[in-house]
Formats: sequence, structure tokens, C-alpha cells
Amino acid sequence: MATRLREITPAALASAALAALVLGALAAVAIRAGGLTGLRATDLAAIRFTLWQAALSALLSCLLAIPVARALHRRRFPGRGLLISLLGAPFILPVIVAVFGLIAVFGRRGLVNAALAPFGVEPISIYGAHGVIIAHVFFNLPLATRMILHGWEAIPTERFRLAASLRFGPAEVTRHLERPMLRAVLPGASLAIFLVCLTSFAVALTLGGGPRATTVELAIYQAFRFDFDMGRAASLALVQVAISVTALLIAARVTTPASFGAGHDRTSLPIPQLSVGAGRATLDALAILLAAAFLLAPIGAVFARGLPALPELPAMIWPATLTSLGIALASTLVTLIIALPLALAATRHRWAEIAAMLPMTASALVMGTGAFLIARPFVNPTSLALPMVLLTNAALSIPFATRILMPEIRTLQADYDRLAASLGLRGLARLRLLTLPRLARPLGFSAGLAAAFSMGDLGVITLFSDGQTRTLPLALFQLMGSYRMDQAAGAATLLLTLTFALFWALDRAGHHADPR
Amino acid sequence: MKTHLMLAGALSLIATMAAAEDKPVLTVYAPDYFTSDWGPGPAIEKGFEAICDCDLKFVAGDVLPRILLEGDKTQADIAIGLNTDVTAKARATGLFAPHNEDTSNLTMPVKWTDPIFLPFDWSELAFVYDKTKLKTPPKSFEELLDAPKDAYKIVIEDPRSSIAGLSLLLWVKDIYGDKAEQAWEKMAPKVLTVTPGWSEAYGMFTDGEADMVLSYVTSPAYHIMAEKDDSKVAAIFPEGHYFTPELVAQLKTSKHPELAQKFMDYVLSPEFQGMIATANWSFPAKLPHDQLPEVFQTLPMPDKTLYLGEDEAEKLRGPALDEWQRAFAK
Repeated sequence: MATRLREITPAALASAALAALVLGALAAVAIRAGGLTGLRATDLAAIRFTLWQAALSALLSCLLAIPVARALHRRRFPGRGLLISLLGAPFILPVIVAVFGLIAVFGRRGLVNAALAPFGVEPISIYGAHGVIIAHVFFNLPLATRMILHGWEAIPTERFRLAASLRFGPAEVTRHLERPMLRAVLPGASLAIFLVCLTSFAVALTLGGGPRATTVELAIYQAFRFDFDMGRAASLALVQVAISVTALLIAARVTTPASFGAGHDRTSLPIPQLSVGAGRATLDALAILLAAAFLLAPIGAVFARGLPALPELPAMIWPATLTSLGIALASTLVTLIIALPLALAATRHRWAEIAAMLPMTASALVMGTGAFLIARPFVNPTSLALPMVLLTNAALSIPFATRILMPEIRTLQADYDRLAASLGLRGLARLRLLTLPRLARPLGFSAGLAAAFSMGDLGVITLFSDGQTRTLPLALFQLMGSYRMDQAAGAATLLLTLTFALFWALDRAGHHADPR
Repeated sequence: MKTHLMLAGALSLIATMAAAEDKPVLTVYAPDYFTSDWGPGPAIEKGFEAICDCDLKFVAGDVLPRILLEGDKTQADIAIGLNTDVTAKARATGLFAPHNEDTSNLTMPVKWTDPIFLPFDWSELAFVYDKTKLKTPPKSFEELLDAPKDAYKIVIEDPRSSIAGLSLLLWVKDIYGDKAEQAWEKMAPKVLTVTPGWSEAYGMFTDGEADMVLSYVTSPAYHIMAEKDDSKVAAIFPEGHYFTPELVAQLKTSKHPELAQKFMDYVLSPEFQGMIATANWSFPAKLPHDQLPEVFQTLPMPDKTLYLGEDEAEKLRGPALDEWQRAFAK
């Protein structure tokens, strides 16, 4: 009993902290507003649109990710590792930068329309509900692909060998190996994407083409800023949390652990018999090429647009870059320290999973205001600036880190719990000898994401900025805000390069630390 | 992706590590663009510190929401960069003190009598286009509305999140009154998209994605002066253009009221006013025409200026937003 208690204590503490941050903030806003206010007809329309676009974005991202992940799993080619890392780039870009990349490719004057024009094809338009979906798939396909690819890699090679020696055809492989893996991975992946899209704001607005694409987050913004109605903002924020928790419970219900049993721990290599056939090879090549083109063209456009402006960047960009790097590394550490115990507990305790996802469900606007209201009576909020930047960045990465870790932790627990128990392996020894090495890959990926998030994060610093301290994204936004679009593009290229380098280094470090 | 919203979240637990210096500190809340290296903030700080024997500290962020949350415990001595959309709300708090400045000789097209909120610069809304690309720009608001839907694509800002967008709402309402919704219905097919803020919209215009952008009559001045590029032009409409001043006010709760008043005096001084044109790309509120940079003296300007007073704007913006939403929903 005492051991059990000690095992869940870190997770319980982390959960309590996150719950206090999110729900406490919401409560503080509601109290300050003197209670919740009823919603309007336009708010209900916003809720409907938000649900629709988030569900569709999640569904499409996951469906498209399956062939891409399978192709990447089955094929080996030079540059595969780099490609897999590069495909993650959209997810880690600051939104505004990515939107400009998408416009450069799919916009009125974009590459696609330029290519279509000579054939007399009607120009395509990215503005409208479909544009929002395209953008969300662009952002989240990488996440889904990576999560599913991790799932594939977690199937022990022995199972594929067995399948090959039993002369399984594609249908049998799908039924006995791939489908159980997908049942374990897909609900979590769709949930994560659904939640990301649920709180979408800038993407939905910029590409939505007008007020028809109003999301709940924008409605909250409007309640706060346009109507000065904090009560309605709190009500809407509560609706967001309720939707998220419902989605979470549904996802948890349909998730089943794959439990393939432990293998001999060889790197999961493709088995030739299972991937031959000209048809399959063509399909795999097509999936990889299409995904790469879709994901990398906008990134390439952003990179190329800013390249000429790099030498003209103002000197202030360099201290801003250093600040960003420092914050990113520190916030990555905090993310891992909180996410790991949460993820370890979350596979057994639903409350830990819900707590881990909470930061994602809350409206940033409401959370920020609430934290301010809570802190004010006790301390001068200004003295909390740096810790708050760090914590908020970390809090927003924790849901992703937890989601990425959970499927592999389930496998780890199913495969090694009995062995570890019979050896009396527990506590720190278990962490060092079993948990950390086995989770090296998802940990590296999570760390990469957390660092990239923090690096590309615009908002939090603007709250704490005294006008002199700034991060790279803030500098970028300030350049844009003062007509200096070319220099801003240069800053975007720099940001893109550094963010990706950080992500790549941590992700690779995870791969190297994996004993398999 | 969501975090940048916190910018507006009024949270603003801002890093003004209270300077442990002997000089009194004057705390000025200002919008983020204002304090950046390219805004007027740094020069103002230097200029004022040279005459005040004090330490001027900017706190950058969402000015009014932060003050509203802090109430009478606010650290702010001065709030600068307020827009007319928030003055009614700000006034109602009773937190702001009169500016005590003579506003009878401001160089603005609108007579200013507000005793609390003092304008330090102004511009007027305009649709900006590239004359080398757009051969048939609209010559009036009417022409813009009546143009065929593929004549040009315009990008505008959302009135719910941007002051430019909100001012456009009032501009249309002022010209078209009861017919505003029909006006929006005519404009909607030409609106490429609606962005959260000015930066995104203007970026889409300079990237060539949009033919026209809702910006200001003073925007071309930046391109002419900083980039030696005279292709960007503001379309001037005979119906009149909407007036957009930026305001400054002092707080009643200031611990250094004399310093705060001194800052208000400084705002209308020739030194401060002389910096505005090229630091904020707008017209100073009090500077004779012949003292403006030459480019500003020769900018094409509308003959007629439109401006709804605070009360009327406050009354109209709710219904006007509904009309706007309805027109775009069709």
C-alpha cells in the first residue's frame, strides 16, 4: 500500500498543479465576473463550427497519416531519418509563419495556382472552411504520422517474422498486427489533434475567409475584448473544457492496448516478404512523396522567402534568439519532469490522463487572465515573469508529451511489469534501468516538441515583456507590426532553422539513447 | 498555437523588475508595437528621461484590459496607445485623471474636446493598393462596392480583434447608415479573407496575395521613405475617411502625479511630436504642416473626415457587428 502510494505521489502532485492552474484560473475569472453569463446564438454557431472543424481535421489527419506512417515503416532509403524529422516541421512552426507558408503554396498567387494556370484550370482558393481544414491537416498530419509510426516501430520484429514465416498476406498482417496497433494508437492521436483544433484561433480566422469560420476561442476573445463580458468568456471556456473532457473519455473508452508481448528487442526492420510487390512499393513511394510535398513545400517557401533578408537582420535579433533558446531548453526540462510521472500514472488512472490534457482544453485567454487574478493579491505578478513564461510553455507541451508517451508506456507495462516485479525492480532503479531506456524514443520526440513549441511560442512572452526583453517570435511580430515584412521574413527563416535544429537534435538524441 | 492569445489575455504579469534606483519611476503602459525598437518608445524614453530626472519604464502589453483587471491598485502612471474603441469603457472606471492640456490648437481634422484622453497622433483609414499592379483602383467607396467580384481581392481585419477592423465597421456605418448591411453584402465577395490583426493583413498585401488591404492613408509614407518605393498608394474616396487617433491618459492613482503631468506636457511638445511621423507612421497631433517630413506634407489626403463620437460609436458597434456577421454569413 505504501509503495503504491509512493508511486502515484509525483503524478498526483503534478495533476493537482495542472488542475489548479486551469480550473482555478477559470473559477477566478467567473468569480471576478460575478458569475457565468448565458450564451448567445452566435456563440452556439461558433461551438457548432468548432466541433465540426476539429472533428473533421482530426479524422482526416489520422486517415492520411496511416499510409504515410506505414510507408515510412516499411521502406528504407537514404535520408529517411532526416525526412521523418523534417516532416515534423509544420507542427513546430509558429502559426503565423506557417499560414504564410501555406498561402505561398496554395494562395491566389501561390505555386499551385501558378502551375495550374497554363492548363487553363480554374484557380483554387484556400479561403473558406476547407482552407481551415487543409491548414489543420498541414499542422497535425506530422503529429499523427509520428504517433502512428511510433506504434508501428513498437511492434516487435519477431511478430513480423512470424507473420512472414506463416506466409501471411497483407490482409492477415493488417488483421493480426496492424489493426490492433492502430486501435491502441489512433484514439489518442485523434484526440490530441481534436483538442489542438478545438482552440484554434488565428488559423481559423485567417484562412476561414470571414465570420462564418468563427471558433469558440474567437468568441471568447470577442466576449472579453469587444463586449467586455467576462462572465460569457468564462461560460464559453467552460464549454470548451466540457467538450474536451467528453472527447477524452470517449477516446479512452475505445482505446485498447495492443499487447503484442515483448520481443527480443531488435530494431523493428521491415521484413522483405511483407513489403514486396510493385503495387505496394508504388503506393508507399506515392504516399511518402505526396506527404513530403504537401508538408515541405510551404516550409520551403517560408525558408526561401526569408533567406535573402538574413544578413539584414537587426542586431537585436541575437539577444532575442539567446533568450528564446534558454527558455526553450528550460521549459523542455520542466515538461519532461511533469509529463513522465503523469504519463506513467495515466495508463492506470484516468484522473492523471485528464489532468495531463487539461492545459490543452482551456482557453489561453481565460487561463492567462485567471492566473493574473489569482497571483495579484499575494505577489507582484511582475516578479513571477520568468517562471511564468517557463511554466506556461511547459504546461502547453505536457498534453503532447503525455500522449506521445502513453502508448509506449502501455506496451512497456504489459511486457515488463511481471518481469520487473519478480526481480523486485522498482523506484529509481526501475526508472533508470527499465523505464527511461525503453522510453528513450518517445521521450526524445516529446523533448523536441516541447523545445520547439517553446521556441516558436509568441504569446506568453508578450505578456511578460517590458518592451526590452524579447524572444525571437516576439521580435518577428514586432518587425511585422512596423511594416518591416522582409526583415520579419528573415527572422522567420532564422526561427524556422533554429527551431528545427533543436527539435532534430533532441529527437535524434532519443533515438541514440534507445538501446534497441 | 493558442498561446499568442494570451497577449490579449490581459494577464500581462509583466517583467518590470522594480528598479532599485533612487530616481522616481514613471510607469507607462503601452502596446507592444509602441515599445519595440522600431516604435516611438525608445526615443520617447530617452527624451523624457533627459528632462524629468526620473526613470521611465514601459510595460508592454494589452493596456486597458490590464488596467481594468488591476483596478485602483494598478502600477500604471500613464496609459498610452489607447484607441477610441475603449475610451467609453475606460472613462467609466473613473481611474483616469484629466490631462489639463490645451487641445484647441491641435493639428487634427477633428476638433478635440475630451478632457481626459489626449490624442498624440492620428491617421485615417484607407484601402492601400499597389498602383503598378492594380490598374483600375476604386475612385470612391461606392465604386469599391459596385465593382465586379473579381475586380480585386481585399483583405480586411476582424472588428472583434482589431482596431482597424472595428474602425472600418464604423466607417461603413457612418457612410451607409441603415444601408450598411447591404454595403457589406456588396463588399463581401471581394473580401479575400479577414485576419485577426493588421500585421497579417498587411503582410498578405505586400506578399502580393491580396490586391488591396485595409490600412491607413499614412501607410504609403513608410514605403516611400524607408524603401524608396512609391508604388503603394492609398485610394482616396470622396465619401470621406474614418479618423483614427491614438490616445494617452494619466491615472488618478499615480504616485507621481507631477511627473505624470509633466509627461502629458511632453506628449504635446515639439520634440515628442517631431518623432511621431517616422516612428509611428502617422500624423502628429500637434505639429504645423510645414514641419512634417516632406513625404507627409505631400501625401494625398481625403477632403472629408468622418468620425463618430464616443457615445455614438459605443451605441452603434454592437448592431454594426451583427450586420457585418449577417452579411458575411450569406
